[in-house]
Amino acid sequence: MSTTYILRGVRPLGGDPVDVVLADGVISEITAAGEATVPDASHGVTAPGEATVPDGDVVVLDARASDGSGLVLLPGLVDLHTHLREPGREDAETVWSGTRAAAAGGFTAVHAMANTTPVADTAGVVEQVRRLGEEAGWADVHPVGAVTVGLAGERLAELGAMADSAARVRVFSDDGRCVHDPILMRRALEYVKAFDGVVAQHAQEPRLTEGAQMNEGVVSGEIGLTGWPAVAEEAIIARDVLLAEHVGSRLHVCHLSTARSVEIIRWAKSRGVNVTAEVTPHHLILTDELARDYDPVFKVNPPLRTAEDVEAVRQGLADGTIDIVATDHAPHPVEDKDCEWSAAAFGMTGLETALSVVQATMVDTGRLTWADVARVLSTAPARIGRIDDRQGRPLAAGEPANLVLVDPAAHRMIDGSAQVTASANTPFRGMELPGRVVATFLRGRATVLDGVPVDALEGAAR
Amino acid sequence: MKHLLSTADLSKDDAILLLDTAAQMAATQSREIKKLPTLRGRTVVNLFFEDSTRTRISFETAAKRLSADVINFSAKGSSVSKGESLKDTALTLHAMGADAVVVRHHASGAPHMLANAGWLDAAVLNAGDGMHQHPTQALLDAFTIRRHLVGERSGADPVGADLAGLRVAIVGDVLHSRVARSNVHLLHTLGAEVTLVAPPTLLPVGVESWPSRVSYHLDETLEQWQPDAVMMLRVQRERMSGGAGAFFPSPQEYSRTFGLNARRLALAPDHALVMHPGPMNRGLEISADAADHARSVIVEQVANGVAVRMAALYLLLAGGDDSERNTQ
Amino acid sequence: MTPGTAVPGSGPGSTTAPAPDVPTGVIVLGEADIARALTRIAHEITERNRGAADVVLLGIPTRGVTLARRLAERLADVEPTFSRDRVGELDVTMYRDDLHRQPTRAVGVTRVPVSLDDRTVVLVDDVLFSGRTIRAALDALSDLGRPRVVQLAALVDRGHRELPIRADYVGKNLPTSRAERVRVRLREVDGVEDAVLISGRGGDEPAQAGRDQGVTP
Repeated sequence: MSTTYILRGVRPLGGDPVDVVLADGVISEITAAGEATVPDASHGVTAPGEATVPDGDVVVLDARASDGSGLVLLPGLVDLHTHLREPGREDAETVWSGTRAAAAGGFTAVHAMANTTPVADTAGVVEQVRRLGEEAGWADVHPVGAVTVGLAGERLAELGAMADSAARVRVFSDDGRCVHDPILMRRALEYVKAFDGVVAQHAQEPRLTEGAQMNEGVVSGEIGLTGWPAVAEEAIIARDVLLAEHVGSRLHVCHLSTARSVEIIRWAKSRGVNVTAEVTPHHLILTDELARDYDPVFKVNPPLRTAEDVEAVRQGLADGTIDIVATDHAPHPVEDKDCEWSAAAFGMTGLETALSVVQATMVDTGRLTWADVARVLSTAPARIGRIDDRQGRPLAAGEPANLVLVDPAAHRMIDGSAQVTASANTPFRGMELPGRVVATFLRGRATVLDGVPVDALEGAAR
Repeated sequence: MKHLLSTADLSKDDAILLLDTAAQMAATQSREIKKLPTLRGRTVVNLFFEDSTRTRISFETAAKRLSADVINFSAKGSSVSKGESLKDTALTLHAMGADAVVVRHHASGAPHMLANAGWLDAAVLNAGDGMHQHPTQALLDAFTIRRHLVGERSGADPVGADLAGLRVAIVGDVLHSRVARSNVHLLHTLGAEVTLVAPPTLLPVGVESWPSRVSYHLDETLEQWQPDAVMMLRVQRERMSGGAGAFFPSPQEYSRTFGLNARRLALAPDHALVMHPGPMNRGLEISADAADHARSVIVEQVANGVAVRMAALYLLLAGGDDSERNTQ
Repeated sequence: MTPGTAVPGSGPGSTTAPAPDVPTGVIVLGEADIARALTRIAHEITERNRGAADVVLLGIPTRGVTLARRLAERLADVEPTFSRDRVGELDVTMYRDDLHRQPTRAVGVTRVPVSLDDRTVVLVDDVLFSGRTIRAALDALSDLGRPRVVQLAALVDRGHRELPIRADYVGKNLPTSRAERVRVRLREVDGVEDAVLISGRGGDEPAQAGRDQGVTP
């Protein structure tokens, strides 16, 4: 028998306070605040952090937000775009460390990108990643399958085999590379229809971005780094939405980053194209001006764009043109970032800061409600990944207890070396961000309590 | 001034101090005894990740004329393409007690990293980084222009003078040129007007935000804008003929439209200087009759390079720390 | 030590130590005293060298240069063999031994009117103190040529020598303590009437001034 949790005075989707009881992996009861009854077996009320009682007990969480109000209760977050690096680059991240970081960030499910070594382009590799996720137990791991063999962009990988495998792959992506060959993209879009899959495109025209280091614009011209023009992203997105319309397929656009990309998606949706789009937290807040000091922590693909682009993606997220926020969490070991810009790796970590960045840029600015946050960080990504039978569920009795408790009134200083991820390349280091994940529950089991992974709590028995 | 990384960091007073100091350094270089004891006991490392014998020799001569110990560290080779090497090299130089590091690197921003990453505490002089900056080249260009166009005009030593009102055309591959970027900032700071002359393919996106004019036409610029100096940039032949990604149809067409020759030079004012940072592609961006013209100061630019680099080394290395500022 | 060696024309962003606008303190020599001292030194130079045919005056910036020019005028007045353009300036910045104990100094102008080989060079400075400036000047001079003899003229000798250097011509011996500051004010440089001033009196014991060669004003 598992631990029963009573969450006192929490505010589902930021609404009025209620008590929520989690038992046997599901939300067993939702009552008016203060009315959930503590069963006989209770050891009494404990503060978070002391809640390390053996299985079979009842833990009452009566934590308050920093401003004294109730904590915000959201469905467990779902990331459609995570690089867990295993197999191959365990020096940067492992499935264990990456999913533990995900839990710390409030996630209960992540989609693990295919650009590992070996590439996740066969049933064997995706099943291995899936199994590593189950063993780690921090969050559900849904492997993303490669579209083409070895991400080489030359011929389709065995998409059907990955879809039929134990990993039940539904999202396919060559992320890091663009499926730029139009006939190959068409075939992939058509082929995945058979198992309701989706192609998640990393939109980057390769010829327009040879040697590219950062956004092409005023800053790249001044500091002498080869530019990555916005049009290299927009041209591919435009082509792909037209292709998707033509063949009647589902398309997902990864990490769009430019104002015109938002316009193209808006136009495509107005035509009824079955397209979804994501934006990363860093594209919601950071600009290419940060490259001026040549600190490679700001080197990422697609690159940080201009302030106008940041405003456009915020607007797109606010009006629903952009469906989801996905982290593109890309951990790298120190040596891949502690060097000159052009030698550094692309990418930044994001799992533990995503919710805070969305709060800072969208909630605290009044552009999204907490219910909208649940949509863009949980419900919608779960639906795109076709895991919405388990994740991104409503907050209602009988639903799987995949939940996150957030203190929106807290503020924290970001320190890369203090994060749970195995890598320190956060672009937010030294920044103060609002919001803090207090607790995360995966099918009723706490993975995070008092803001730290449960195995880090004193006396934890893992 | 702790480092010399970019001309964009130089105030007008800094720039004039550098030029004035260079003028005094140049004066010592016409003497029989050219060596000064100024930097005795100081160690200058020439750290070159990219071949440039000319620039290295210029810095080496400058350091030696000031009695510094010079160590040449040619890091070119396969192992340095990894970023790790830059850090490890920096730590090595730190352990060796380098007082100044003169760095040439193919990556834009590498000198900035060396100066700011906390790997070493030496003064860093940027001797050219990627497509970013080459500040001593711009300083020697400004020095050469000032000497000819301010010094000769007023008949006096141009100490303290800026370049107000002078017009400089910079012609060629601006997109890939650190010389152009350095010159645009410095010339602007010193009060000169700059026109960049290049085909649209060889101008960076965002160039309209630079403190300069832009023209696609060399003849028109020479004839109508009447520049006081024409600075030709080196053009890499392979960029002119690389198939679909080439920046220009052919070297011949480039030469016909953007190459400087005696006929074109005649369109400019009689006093206009012909400049080139070297090494020249004779017959491509500049013809022999322009390069060897009486108004060409290309050879003098090389000589002035030593004086300017002496001035930079002197100003970065001769003084005490800020913490010792109040000893007098 | 010569205060303020800033080059004329170096802007406000110059990294040189800011020279005080106009030196202040107790006046120990007035305009007339300075004029008499310079006239006497001019006579002493011609006496010592039996004329001034081979003499070249080199002032050490900043105020040494002004003093050298005034001395050249007087020398030309009393000695027809001396040409008044045989005066120059010798910047010693790059030869100093205290460069990295000071903020970066702007390098001054060195201008030598004629070849120094086999000439009599008279170095001219305003205040003779530790002797380190003169040491630097001697090094600078040896890189410029080989004079037959080098002599030194100082308007004020305030003692406290740290090197075996003495002046051949002294306007005024001024016993001072190390804590005091002795500064020279000249019309051409400072824009106000000539004076030698002492400030910060009340330090340690007065030093024994150099050879008693001066005159009482």
